[in-house]
Amino acid sequence: MISLAFILKFIVAAVGAGTPLLFGTVGEIMSEKVGHLNLGVEGMMSVGAVAGFAAGYATGNLACAMVFAFLAGMLSALIYAVLTVSFMANQNVIGLTLTIFGIGFANFVGVYMIGRTGTNNWQLPANLIEQMKNVDIPFLSDIPVLGKLLFSYDPFTYVGIAIALACGWYLFRTKAGLNAQAIGENPAAADAASIRVTKWKYINILLGGGICGIGGAYCSMVINGGVWISDCVGGLGWISVALVIFAAWKPQMAILGSFVFGALRILKYYMPAVIPIAFFNMLPFVITAIVLLAASIRGAKGSHIPENLGNNYFREER
Amino acid sequence: MGTAKKEPLLRVVKHAELSTRQSIGLRVLAVVLALAVGGLFIALIGYNPFEIYATIVSGCFRSPMAIQATVKFCIPMCISALGVTLAFKMRFWNIGGEGQLIMGAVFASFFALFCSGMPHLLLLAVMFIAGFVGGGLWGLIPAACREKWGTNETLFTLMLNYIALYIVTFLRDGPWRDPEAAGFNKIARFAPKAMLDKVFGVHAGWIVMLILVVLVFLYLKKTKQGYEIGVVGESRDTARYAGINVRRVVLRTMFLSGGIAGIGGMVQATGSDITLSAGVAGGVGFTGIIIAWLAQLNPFVALIVSFAFSILVKGSSVVQSAYGLSTDCADILQGIILFFIMAMEFFIRYKLVFRGHREKLPVKTAADTDAASGEKEAEEK
Repeated sequence: MISLAFILKFIVAAVGAGTPLLFGTVGEIMSEKVGHLNLGVEGMMSVGAVAGFAAGYATGNLACAMVFAFLAGMLSALIYAVLTVSFMANQNVIGLTLTIFGIGFANFVGVYMIGRTGTNNWQLPANLIEQMKNVDIPFLSDIPVLGKLLFSYDPFTYVGIAIALACGWYLFRTKAGLNAQAIGENPAAADAASIRVTKWKYINILLGGGICGIGGAYCSMVINGGVWISDCVGGLGWISVALVIFAAWKPQMAILGSFVFGALRILKYYMPAVIPIAFFNMLPFVITAIVLLAASIRGAKGSHIPENLGNNYFREER
Repeated sequence: MGTAKKEPLLRVVKHAELSTRQSIGLRVLAVVLALAVGGLFIALIGYNPFEIYATIVSGCFRSPMAIQATVKFCIPMCISALGVTLAFKMRFWNIGGEGQLIMGAVFASFFALFCSGMPHLLLLAVMFIAGFVGGGLWGLIPAACREKWGTNETLFTLMLNYIALYIVTFLRDGPWRDPEAAGFNKIARFAPKAMLDKVFGVHAGWIVMLILVVLVFLYLKKTKQGYEIGVVGESRDTARYAGINVRRVVLRTMFLSGGIAGIGGMVQATGSDITLSAGVAGGVGFTGIIIAWLAQLNPFVALIVSFAFSILVKGSSVVQSAYGLSTDCADILQGIILFFIMAMEFFIRYKLVFRGHREKLPVKTAADTDAASGEKEAEEK
């Protein structure tokens, strides 16, 4: 029989597995909303991963690690923004290159640091690992079922949900956010309505990169228990790109979506061994492909994809 | 914005097309700058950049074996770049080279594993065709969906990459698992009959690569179909008015594009890996996109860029053994070089005009617009 405790354990594990996806997805939504398909999520997450890990290693402070991961992610997004917004280079090519560059950079620094520690092991200090443990709030976490369901995750999860809610509020409830969305739909019209196209593109892309960076820090710091491992992002950035479609370009939906995809990621450990593991690994991509297809078959009405996604804007060619 | 109170501080305007020599010079400058930045990074972590660069280059040419290894890296990169070239010429953003390469390898491997009773050359020919068809079909799916329902091809081809990858792991763990493999799952090594022969010490894939370079060049430049690709890429409406069946061109080109990547997969599996592994593509499909774009979709330049990239890949493995630095520096350098060249492309086509700077406005010439439209994404919907 499947017990309540088992279901609870599964949900808690799914949320944890979905947390890095949440950051990547929300970050990518920010960028895609202004019409810039950034395929560099995996790379930005990798850069954030190594920066966050290094900052945590040096300071032993979780907040400091997150801030540095955010800044590093932003910095890598800046490369993308300069080249695609200002220099109007092909977004797909730059994004892919950013991914290759970012992963290479992170692994390179990681190998270099492992060589320098002298222990063949680049490891976070114990007091930092303590900070990353699942929270345990007195009374609240002790409530049966609900306490476990709501108050038993690590700090990253709560930061991620807060960021997702904030981005949702920004994009759909503030004037600046609606303007940003207008840019993704029709930059020429937005420009004519005196929206500062370039400025808001930069702001959104950089914020998106920063958010991805924190997701990367989760991958490097939490997933492997505080030990640096090469390729620690391991494709989660690509799943995030897929998840944007599943979440219909809505940050609030991304919360739900990332936990669903998190559940898909861990499902293989809970299922009988008859079903091949490849099937579970493939599932997020198959589901995304189906969602993408279904949205396009339904036509413009059902599709939330920004109209000018992937197209650069050159003012003199309106 | 004619109503703006203030002129913007910086404006971007096109300038007249530079001569070939000037634009090549600027691109070389971009590479030099990129190497300088990479060198700065190397110096920052306490190594001599000149030594490292010298090791990269000399490491590739120090022995016939090293040269052979370099060429071996070049083959799949170049072939997948050629596949991408066809699609990108049509402004079809095929990010799925990786998946198409894998599916080509899967189709070809089927015959290598289960039909190895055939004579050697016949088997290779069958595998070659299978690889082409496998990759082609994997390219045809997103093209068909895009033509039928307008499905975003960038995102769809991206998903298909991973689906293809996990098809391989599925085959590896289940139906095609080598029963004699102890410990971990793998697919059996191909029979010697299914192996690509070696010519001058490197598997014959390099001959396939060279032939494909010439064929793709001739196809794009000299045939009606190749011309149609260019027209559809410039403007689908123009193509339609000119009586071109756009849907047919897109489907045909994507089949070819995927098919070429599939050939790359077949060559890699039978020539280099001698088995089907999950790492058969190993990111080459993505690198191919970068190469094709750096080469400005010119097959011959793609060959040169691929070779330069394979020098970086092979050379960095030499650097690893000599200095203990990770091979990832190849990826970093590739990235920096592309970033610089893409930035330079901008200055080749446009110039910045500061506020208050008055001069006669540049006249848009036909050649000018041509050059610029290469930069601008086509309107696809």
